[in-house]
Amino acid sequence: MYGWCEKIARINLSDQTWSVETVDPEILKKFIGGRGLAGYYLRKRITHHWDDPDMPLLIFTGPLVNTRSPTSGRMTIMSRSPLTGTVGDSSVGGSFGTELKKAGLDGIIITGKSHTLAGIEILNGSIRITDARHLAGRQTGYVHSLLKGKGSRAVIGPAAENGVVFSSIIVDRHFAAGRCGIGRVPASKNIKYITVKGTCKTKIFNALDLKGAREDIFRLAAASPVLLGEFGISRFGTGALYDLMDARRMMPTDNFRKTKFSRASLMNAHAFKKKYAPKKSGCRGCHILCKKITKNRTPMPEFETMSHFSALLENSDIQSVVRANRICNEMGMDTISAAATLACFSEISQKRLAPDEIVSLLVDIGKKRGVGRDLGRGAAAYAKRSGHSDLAMAVKGQELPAYDPRGAYGMALAYATSTRGGCHLRAYPISHEILRKPVATDRFSFKGKARVIKIGEDLNAVADSLTACKFIFFAASLEEYAKIYTAVTGIKTSAQDLFKTGERICYNERMMNAANGFTEKDDDLPDRFFNSPGYKNGNIDIDPIDREAFLKARSDYYAVRKLDKKGMPVPDTARTLGLDVL
Amino acid sequence: MDQIFRTYEDKFLKNGLADLGAPLLGLLDARLSWNRNDIACAELERLFEHLNINSLVFSQPAEPYRSIVDYLAETSGGIIFPSDCETRTFLHDLPVSFDFSLESIILALKERKSVIIPGQGIITYGTVSLEQAYVTFSSVCFACFVKFFSDYLYDIKHGKINNRRQNLFDLLVKRLEPAPCFKGSLMEGPFDSEISVYQAIQEAGMLTVEHRLVDSYFGNISFCYNDTLYISQTGSSLDNLQGFIDPCPLDGSSCTAITASSELPAHLKIVKNTGNKAILHGHPRFSVILSMDCDIEKCECKGQCHMKCPYERFVGDIPIVSGEVGSGPYGLCNTVPEAIKGRPGVIVYGHGLFTTGQRDFNQPFENLIKIENHCREEYFNRVRSFGRAGHQP
Ligand SMILES: [Zn+2]
Ligand SMILES: [Zn+2]
Repeated sequence: MYGWCEKIARINLSDQTWSVETVDPEILKKFIGGRGLAGYYLRKRITHHWDDPDMPLLIFTGPLVNTRSPTSGRMTIMSRSPLTGTVGDSSVGGSFGTELKKAGLDGIIITGKSHTLAGIEILNGSIRITDARHLAGRQTGYVHSLLKGKGSRAVIGPAAENGVVFSSIIVDRHFAAGRCGIGRVPASKNIKYITVKGTCKTKIFNALDLKGAREDIFRLAAASPVLLGEFGISRFGTGALYDLMDARRMMPTDNFRKTKFSRASLMNAHAFKKKYAPKKSGCRGCHILCKKITKNRTPMPEFETMSHFSALLENSDIQSVVRANRICNEMGMDTISAAATLACFSEISQKRLAPDEIVSLLVDIGKKRGVGRDLGRGAAAYAKRSGHSDLAMAVKGQELPAYDPRGAYGMALAYATSTRGGCHLRAYPISHEILRKPVATDRFSFKGKARVIKIGEDLNAVADSLTACKFIFFAASLEEYAKIYTAVTGIKTSAQDLFKTGERICYNERMMNAANGFTEKDDDLPDRFFNSPGYKNGNIDIDPIDREAFLKARSDYYAVRKLDKKGMPVPDTARTLGLDVL
Repeated sequence: MDQIFRTYEDKFLKNGLADLGAPLLGLLDARLSWNRNDIACAELERLFEHLNINSLVFSQPAEPYRSIVDYLAETSGGIIFPSDCETRTFLHDLPVSFDFSLESIILALKERKSVIIPGQGIITYGTVSLEQAYVTFSSVCFACFVKFFSDYLYDIKHGKINNRRQNLFDLLVKRLEPAPCFKGSLMEGPFDSEISVYQAIQEAGMLTVEHRLVDSYFGNISFCYNDTLYISQTGSSLDNLQGFIDPCPLDGSSCTAITASSELPAHLKIVKNTGNKAILHGHPRFSVILSMDCDIEKCECKGQCHMKCPYERFVGDIPIVSGEVGSGPYGLCNTVPEAIKGRPGVIVYGHGLFTTGQRDFNQPFENLIKIENHCREEYFNRVRSFGRAGHQP
């Protein structure tokens, strides 16, 4: 086959064995790679507890990785989420995915549990399990430095070892597989790090067609204000969105009690750029380069991090935002969940957190000290223990990112239906509701959104499986990526064929969640969004969401997604999509 | 739903894209609704089952598009390849289905945003809204119009016009809309408030569309006031800019203009390079058509003139430059701001026309019309000079 290696490695930590097996081409065609393929393998074990040694940790790339396809240097890390209990995955950049392909693998499946803290080192076709006891409790930056020369690195920090529920995995020092608490899974298996290095080339079917399709995508990217424009993410990083969220009055502020942060203009991407003069960086194989890193290797916070460590905590100290970001990376914690948990703590304890307090609390969480011990359970669990469940701004236990759902109703619906809980990336309606791509939709209306959200979810499932960066879809569409896919793999396809695959991948995830008892009750938003306004000035009003309209849109979504009235998967649909009915 | 349907029925009619009652519009959320009953509904409903889309348009285009689209489709061999910039960037090419069969329609729409069925109409779709389907429909019509007239000019030079094409050309020329003409005046600068700036931009946008100097979707417009550039948003209709203008501080202190037009970098550079305050960018047809008439037979960049034509070309005193949409290495932001210095306007190869003014939109709007009319005359001059008469009405 072209594109794929057709090989995955299985590593069993309990008996320290590994093997490489060939993957059935039909499975590859059906699930592509990345998130889709990982989901295929996860489903068989999804009802196990997340820290059961039999629960796999899956790291998968896609057919486009390690080719000249635009924005293809990504991969998915997946398991059952320790934070939410749903399917748990993160798409992450850096060069791990590319190196994995160079090592001749489409993915690795790690099961079992090591007796002592260990590392996994992959070099081309061979795998070594190493002693990593000396790295216990070490921060991610230190481990990254130590492993230099071993290729690309995925590392957990002290937070994961200490059981913080929103632990991340840090790839190549600056790229976080942040969400779902995925970092706790390697910790439970006693794995501190994984490195991979390889020298294989990925075979492609037709280089000339690939070149043509690439040019089409580059042309669209150049025409995209959000990507390569004067104020786009290539120049300013994802923080470029900050001013827009402020202008649209939908920046979650003070634990989502408000949607306008009065000091936003002092905390925008321009302010960071002026203070730190960062340089462009990014994932392997990307020409957009939205990552911003200073000369002394301090990463600038991503948009979500910027927004949540400023507005959500009503903090206007830039330096503390950069420090908070660095601590989260060093400790190996998700910035969105960490900030949102602090905001929840701030509201419950009725005290405003000073910049220094924010920083020191983050360290306490990572080190499991003092109140940090409680906060490390995440906003939902913390709020529940404090008797204020309603003050955790989370969906399915996952803290919400930096788009207030009252300011974009598609986003509201997408938060509720996301298979991994409070996540903006599953459907990413911000693209049309705010960024006007492919065309603008009415952000204060649920009309038509059920189908739009379903289509968005299918699209991003494909992006996460190819793999390609979601940002490129602000400009390109599956129409162009279908050409890329065919040029790389030689398999004839179309935008609509890929959409079908996306639908299969999403349904598979929905089935996994259903198997773990998730129902329509879980597809919901915190009460606050239905009861309180976010902002009012007569010009732009951010009103509470009409509950009836939301429920109507949700049941429309179930119909569109071909679930039953309660949002549960239907065996017939599953079969039509080519999924096994267990 | 009805309100949305009426809005788009009006837009089709007002912009001359379809006749009254012609467009069939479908929208699907949990349920599918149509703007009217039609025998095609039953068949088209099945498209929604096969395609991950939420909206659909099926319509005969209005004349002159209908004859042009049908002619190009029938003589295409299955795919029409227009070479204007919008098609190149967004549509790539235009597939044709020679009969109204579900199978072949699906085959085309699985890969592309539109399909032409000669004699029956054009089908387009959207994945987030009817607007997408509308925009694609409009782009297909525009692309075909430009292609027909630009191919004609090229082929008449090479003596390759048959009777059928000549007859159609003659008919179309007779039916051409009269050349745009404007006797009134626009709001006069200098403006003394942000509000008047917004009004002036809206007025100029509206007139640009009314005079058919742009298809309603594309084109952009800006005005610089108090060190802020006020510019139309990406994907906004120039005839409806209220609420769709982004303020962009020249010192770059805010990224709010991340939703501004793709051509923001060009607008900013023009303002900085020339000191002009008002910028208008439309896609008047004959400017676009004429820009693609390159006489340099041995151009080493043939086929890439939209990106990097090495020759200086002019229509009268108006330079024609290469450049693609937006900010890439071949972006028009690298060519237009230089070329427009001391000129009434600049035409971008296969794309459109930029004009500028010092105080308000009077001069740029006047120049937009003047240059377009000059290009129109020049087009027919060139046609005439190659022997067979093209009769301008
Ligand atoms: Zn243009
Ligand atoms: Zn040339």
